[in-house]
Amino acid sequence: MLKFNGTSVFGGIAIGSLCIFQKKENKVERRQIEDAAQEVQRFEKAKETGISQLKELYDKALKDVGEAEAMIFEVHQMMMDDGDYVDSICNMITEEHVNAEYAVSQVRNRFAAMFEAMDDDYMRGRAADIRDISQRLIEILSGTQQAMDMFQEPVVIVAQDLAPSETVQFEKDKLLAIVTREGSANSHTAILARTMDIPALIQTDIELKPEYNGKKVIVDGFTGTVYVDPDAETLKVMEEKLAKCQEEKQLLQQLKGKEDVTADGRKIKLYANIGNPKDVESVLQNDARGIGLFRSEFLYLESSNFPTEEEQFQAYKTVAEKMEGKKVIIRTLDIGADKTVDYFGLEQEENPAMGYRAIRICLTQPEIFKTQLRALYRASAYGEIAIMFPMITSVEEVREIKGIVEEVKEELEKQEIPFKEVELGIMIETPAAAMVSDDLAKEVDFFSIGTNDLTQYTLAIDRQNAKLGHFYQPHHKAILRMIEMVVKNAHAAGIWAGICGELGADLELTETFVKMGVDELSVSPSMVLKVRKNIREAKAES
Amino acid sequence: MKTFNYTITDPEGIHARPAGLLVKEVAKFAGKVTIEKAGREVDAKRIMGVMSLGAKNGETVTIKVEGEGEEQAAQDLEAFFKENL
Repeated sequence: MLKFNGTSVFGGIAIGSLCIFQKKENKVERRQIEDAAQEVQRFEKAKETGISQLKELYDKALKDVGEAEAMIFEVHQMMMDDGDYVDSICNMITEEHVNAEYAVSQVRNRFAAMFEAMDDDYMRGRAADIRDISQRLIEILSGTQQAMDMFQEPVVIVAQDLAPSETVQFEKDKLLAIVTREGSANSHTAILARTMDIPALIQTDIELKPEYNGKKVIVDGFTGTVYVDPDAETLKVMEEKLAKCQEEKQLLQQLKGKEDVTADGRKIKLYANIGNPKDVESVLQNDARGIGLFRSEFLYLESSNFPTEEEQFQAYKTVAEKMEGKKVIIRTLDIGADKTVDYFGLEQEENPAMGYRAIRICLTQPEIFKTQLRALYRASAYGEIAIMFPMITSVEEVREIKGIVEEVKEELEKQEIPFKEVELGIMIETPAAAMVSDDLAKEVDFFSIGTNDLTQYTLAIDRQNAKLGHFYQPHHKAILRMIEMVVKNAHAAGIWAGICGELGADLELTETFVKMGVDELSVSPSMVLKVRKNIREAKAES
Repeated sequence: MKTFNYTITDPEGIHARPAGLLVKEVAKFAGKVTIEKAGREVDAKRIMGVMSLGAKNGETVTIKVEGEGEEQAAQDLEAFFKENL
């Protein structure tokens, strides 16, 4: 058995036979030509053929992978027909009396170098597009273009790199996985693999040895591993993994679009937790009905200084827009404890979990808080944003927060910056907040129970401490009673209560929560459909 | 000649797809349209040039529209930028 490693750009398991995809060597010779005008004409004709081929590819991609991903072939058509590109080629033919193939290859190098010199990863990747369209022109001109060999059986393609035009030509049902030695996560090939829903690895250390052709191969898109000639044990493990993967996919298909309603008809809001705007895609893929916890820390942790209002506004707006009117509950910064950043200048603490963190920082340094609130309210105009505040212990804190919120709204009104009214909620994650939840419920629009911290504070157990594992009971009655009490107090005041901690995704407890009257469960995107299954099987009334 | 400034709000900037859309949009207008960023000016009808600007989120570009019907064309283009970029 041989084992190789790469970087996964899309998960999944594929087991099949290996097919090395070799690019044809295309050496371009420089020839002197007599009649430059005729050579220009020959180029123009090749260009027209190329453009009509790209049109066909566009139509094929449109059918296979959808409009958004097919667009690249329309862009390729425009690039091939671009004035600068075409003029450069024609001028070179005319002025230097060289053959069209050579002129295309020279202009290709010049344009590719221009993109490669740009200080933007995405744009650097476009050099591949230039090579792709130029290669097509050269092959048409030299008459070396061949129809792609179609595979009889589904295969795992292993290649140096793949141009989008190559990837899309593969028959969808004949392609199990893509493995390349080069490639970037931004490449269209990676995007196409995602839309085709097949595992794809890039930057893989596998050699393109012809003797690998036809060998049995396993691609693990979760770990980024390729096994050639797997031994029986590996094969067995991976076959099980594949079966599990397919079972989950099936579950996913069946439950997508289904309502989150119990067997006896009570509706539950099933939302997802995210920590980065990039996660929105998986929220939508897993069909969550909203975002129940958007941790805003990433903005602070990925930055070397306080993120500006504009930076924050853009991030929140992007998420709100991508969710298209579905609820997005954003939690204000929860820095401190185990999440620290240098520029906050936080001091070392004896007991950081109980220290200067989250809302305590916001109420001590309101300028940081106000910047975030302004960004949140500005973004509210672009979707259904709600705001929630972490680490609350008292009614006084909530009133102080609401005072600052009012100031921010007045400022925005004065500046005539549009915003909507948003729901304001709090995290219930301290035993204190749970105990006074009857009073807190009168101050806010919703509760979201953060079971991770609530458990740690209630049981007085540090979850990072491995020695305490034996004492740690996630289903401790104290926690469950607290949740029940919080939900009851919320309902008495006419507001809703949800759970956004890890316990919310605990499949053993779904029915318990539903019976308690929990209105919302917010779980990691990958858990959404599993929880949906449990909700649909549960009974709210016993 | 009509001129307007626009600050890119698309998180990915003018990448390949929006550049394609833009070039298509500009092609509807018979006159001359240029985009300038940091002193570099390109023909908005040529996709390689538009892409080579590498205009990113938060950067400001200046669009110049010249020719018959430039008033309307500038208005349409400004709306296009707001909608797509």
